Amino acid sequence: MEFNNIKSIFPIFKQKIKGKPLIYLDSANSSQKPKMVIDEISKFYETEFSNVGRSVHTLAVKATNKFEETRDIVKSYINAKHREEIIFTKGATEAINLVANTYGEKFIKNGDEILVTELEHHSNYVPWHYLRKKKGAVIKFASVNDNGEIDIDEFKKNITEKTKMIAFTHISNVTGSIMPVKKIIEMAKTKNIPVLIDGTQGAPHAVLDVQDLDCDFYAISCHKMYGPNGLGILYAKKKWLDELPPYQGGGGMISEVKKDDISYAESPNKYEAGTMQTAEVVAFAKSIKFIQDLGIKNIENHESKILEYGLEKLRKDNSVSIIGNPKNRASIISFTIKGVHPHDIATILDDDGVAIRAGHHCCQILHDKLGIPASARASIGVYNNKEDIDVLCESIKKCKKVFQI
Amino acid sequence: MELKELYQEIILDHAKNPRNKGKCEGYNHDAKAHNPLCGDKVHIYLKLDKDKNISRLSFEGEGCAISLASASILTDTLKGKDLNFSKKVTDDFLNMIKNKTKITLNSLSEDQITTISSLSGVQEFPMRIKCATMAWHTLLSALEKKN
Repeated sequence: MEFNNIKSIFPIFKQKIKGKPLIYLDSANSSQKPKMVIDEISKFYETEFSNVGRSVHTLAVKATNKFEETRDIVKSYINAKHREEIIFTKGATEAINLVANTYGEKFIKNGDEILVTELEHHSNYVPWHYLRKKKGAVIKFASVNDNGEIDIDEFKKNITEKTKMIAFTHISNVTGSIMPVKKIIEMAKTKNIPVLIDGTQGAPHAVLDVQDLDCDFYAISCHKMYGPNGLGILYAKKKWLDELPPYQGGGGMISEVKKDDISYAESPNKYEAGTMQTAEVVAFAKSIKFIQDLGIKNIENHESKILEYGLEKLRKDNSVSIIGNPKNRASIISFTIKGVHPHDIATILDDDGVAIRAGHHCCQILHDKLGIPASARASIGVYNNKEDIDVLCESIKKCKKVFQI
Repeated sequence: MELKELYQEIILDHAKNPRNKGKCEGYNHDAKAHNPLCGDKVHIYLKLDKDKNISRLSFEGEGCAISLASASILTDTLKGKDLNFSKKVTDDFLNMIKNKTKITLNSLSEDQITTISSLSGVQEFPMRIKCATMAWHTLLSALEKKN
């Protein structure tokens, strides 16, 4: 598979937006879906659909096998040790909530510390805030520096005897900063502190090897990996899944149910209560195949070329301020234009068919620190090319024209 | 829908030079609102006299051109106006945005009607409607509560 002409694999690009070709620069928000993923959803519903893991009829067997096949594919893709370590969730948000909830219930006591960073998306802060409210946990924030990065020393100095969890993002969804994940995990291991990585932005752009990383938990958002919406994955080391209490209660997660007591199934079923997203899980296998056919290394290279091109072009424009200047950066350019509010930028860009996001991108802590209420964000996916950046830059000129700057 | 109908000269002028910005002296009603989706904020302050006249009206806030212009136009239009009249203008404004009706109040000058109507461009931009209406809803909340 080639990057040239890759837009033709994504049916969404056939349409015009306001009479112009769609320039989709909002993949950090959600990526578009290639035809094979969309086709797999239809095919599954047309020929293989049934609920999984329950009935014994032919379709139930077919559907269950395909569902579990995806678990194996994910296991290999992220190089997990056991297939039971792959839990399907409704998103990365639910994956983090699952950990905060179950780990918090069992291990967090009054005064225990949870270390996060100022770069975190709300989904990797709010679930821990619940533990602050319920259990009296203390949340500490590793500070972001002027480049929009957080170095390992900043983590080090925030770790105390009371630190019971370190939870941080793999790649910032605002500055695009790639965190020194492995080094932080190595340091945490020397103090026996479990680590959760919010891989929402990491998984679509970086090579993933959870055994090599040695993280305890890794949260994935499938819809940002060219996969179906409403699906996420929690990778958790088996020892945690064996030890932690269940998350939600319901069908499929039990072993035996009696009037006086209940015993639970083993992982992964223990954490997959109720009817799961079936077509979504099945089709996600095609998303991974799509990524593998392109090659994640090639994706990294392709995207960083466009990123560099974009950064270089935007830096030439004095009225544009780019947020952060991290040494290691992936796929994301957040910016402001002097005299034009990000919301207005997004509306004017949309008039040229350019889709970006404006707002605080669910990172109010970071925006407060930067002293801005909002920013505009262009984020790059496999289907973007340098011409897309050219259109973006032309459209930014138009913002200034509309606002007479 | 042309972009220039959204970003009309009047709107850009109010956005860049908002009128009645800050806390007005002696205010006895105020209310604030915030749009968590985009971070826009507005805080309306007003002084309601015994004879039900809004003698002072101002706002603090940050946000996009539409939200700033809308708050600025609101204060400019309703400062010094009677309470019931102000409520009527607010209803008419919200109706204009929602139901695309025209504003035809006799007691407003033609200039004022043109100014308020300049915000009707947001009708064609559904994601921006809240930017235009937030200040007006906040005015109604402020009128309902007393400090």
